Amino acid sequence: MTEKINRQIVIPGEIIAKGEDFLPGDGTEKRGNEIIATRYGLSEEVNKLIKIIPLSGVYHPRRGNVVIGKVENITFNGWVIDIGAGENAFLSLNEVPRYINNDSLDELMNIGDMVIVKIWGINKRGIDLSIKSRGLGKIDEGIIVKVNPNKVPRVIGKEGSMVNLIKKETNSNITVGQNGFIWIRGDKISDELLAKKAVLFIVEKSFVPGLTEEIKEWFDKNRKEKQNE
Amino acid sequence: MDKFYTTPEIIGERIKKYLKQGKRFDNRKTEEFREILVETGVSKNAEGSARVKIGNTEVIVGIKMSVGTPYPDSPNKGNLMTTAELLPLSSPRFESGPPKFEAIELGRIIDRGVRESKFIEFEKLCIKEGEKVWTVFIDIYSINDDGNLLDAAGIGAIIALKNAKIPKYDSKKDIVVYGEWTDEKIPLSKNIPLSLTVHKIGESLLVDPTREEEDVSEVRVTIGSSKEFISSIQKGESASLETEEFSKILDLQERVWKDIFKKIEKHLK
Repeated sequence: MTEKINRQIVIPGEIIAKGEDFLPGDGTEKRGNEIIATRYGLSEEVNKLIKIIPLSGVYHPRRGNVVIGKVENITFNGWVIDIGAGENAFLSLNEVPRYINNDSLDELMNIGDMVIVKIWGINKRGIDLSIKSRGLGKIDEGIIVKVNPNKVPRVIGKEGSMVNLIKKETNSNITVGQNGFIWIRGDKISDELLAKKAVLFIVEKSFVPGLTEEIKEWFDKNRKEKQNE
Repeated sequence: MDKFYTTPEIIGERIKKYLKQGKRFDNRKTEEFREILVETGVSKNAEGSARVKIGNTEVIVGIKMSVGTPYPDSPNKGNLMTTAELLPLSSPRFESGPPKFEAIELGRIIDRGVRESKFIEFEKLCIKEGEKVWTVFIDIYSINDDGNLLDAAGIGAIIALKNAKIPKYDSKKDIVVYGEWTDEKIPLSKNIPLSLTVHKIGESLLVDPTREEEDVSEVRVTIGSSKEFISSIQKGESASLETEEFSKILDLQERVWKDIFKKIEKHLK
């Protein structure tokens, strides 16, 4: 009989569980026969696996993540892109789906441009990026909102329910980067700004249960206010 | 400054496009300030202090005084020293360490606004001509930076000066007794200077920019003026201005000046 571990806030170094009954998951580490936290957040146990839902901190890059970054530098064979992680990421010329001449890299993406990229590899040298899938590449228009990367799951919602709701309500196209950058592109600037407001509202209320319903009400309220104006 | 935190170019284009329709991201008019909140006496040890909030932007201004020797060219006048510190806690762009360009410029603009308007009557701050005069220190600290630190600091400086009391001075021992104050206030003239900044983005002129707007601003003109005259002007950013645009800026600044003065008047008594 093992005891169940309750959800609780833990700080790095805190012992979450003792003994051989549990396995260490994300944000935890096994030392001796103790499982300790390596991040600040909520500890949670599912099927004997203990993991931490982080509440703060920078973005931790993962393979397969779609992120939004800013072109920081151009080298002879690619672009250095800042994705808000600890180290800079590199997009190689090989990972571009069309032919680019070696000396005209800046025509595709110049320093300061925002790009949607996918992480395809993380190794000792750094992070390798790719734009070889649909929906990736340079961002031409729209606005960018920056949120805490740990709140990204709330913005997306269960199976994308939240982000789809915002898309529908604001007639905008939204791409959520796992690193906390969100690209909003709508027909009208006022639509984009409404979507931005909604995203910031979600981030602020991220701890509220049943958030999707609340957002629906929020949109209704907003619409009424607009009609009254 | 870390590039990662600057506003992306595409947002700049959006701001310009929206401004062409006469609109701003937060639904303000181009001549409209965000809400201004003022709190005085926030520091226990300072001679005078003020906390000014403009929207999310927040600064604390403190006044300290000490006795020192006057400069040789003004033996019967007190001294003024203004310093600004942009604290790392107020923005991810600021680092600790010696003050950088922005902090120095902020301090100098506020200094000039107060000094050249003859707001402080320096002759009355003289204790003994050629030997002992009061030095007034204005210290500006940014608590949160969401654009327009310049105006927040300018408003904070004059309110803090207005609320400052001169500390006791023991002339025999030649020391200032800190922690004990006289009832005397710093001698100030009735002409209250207010430095306000006008920005130009695209073809539009606006005041009180947010962080994003300040990032894409092309021209920045800070004008320090009292009810009667303009005493200081500082231009920032790289783009140029035409004569007509400049007179528009002067008109705009005058209108906004009256508006802002009305809002903060009660703290200036």
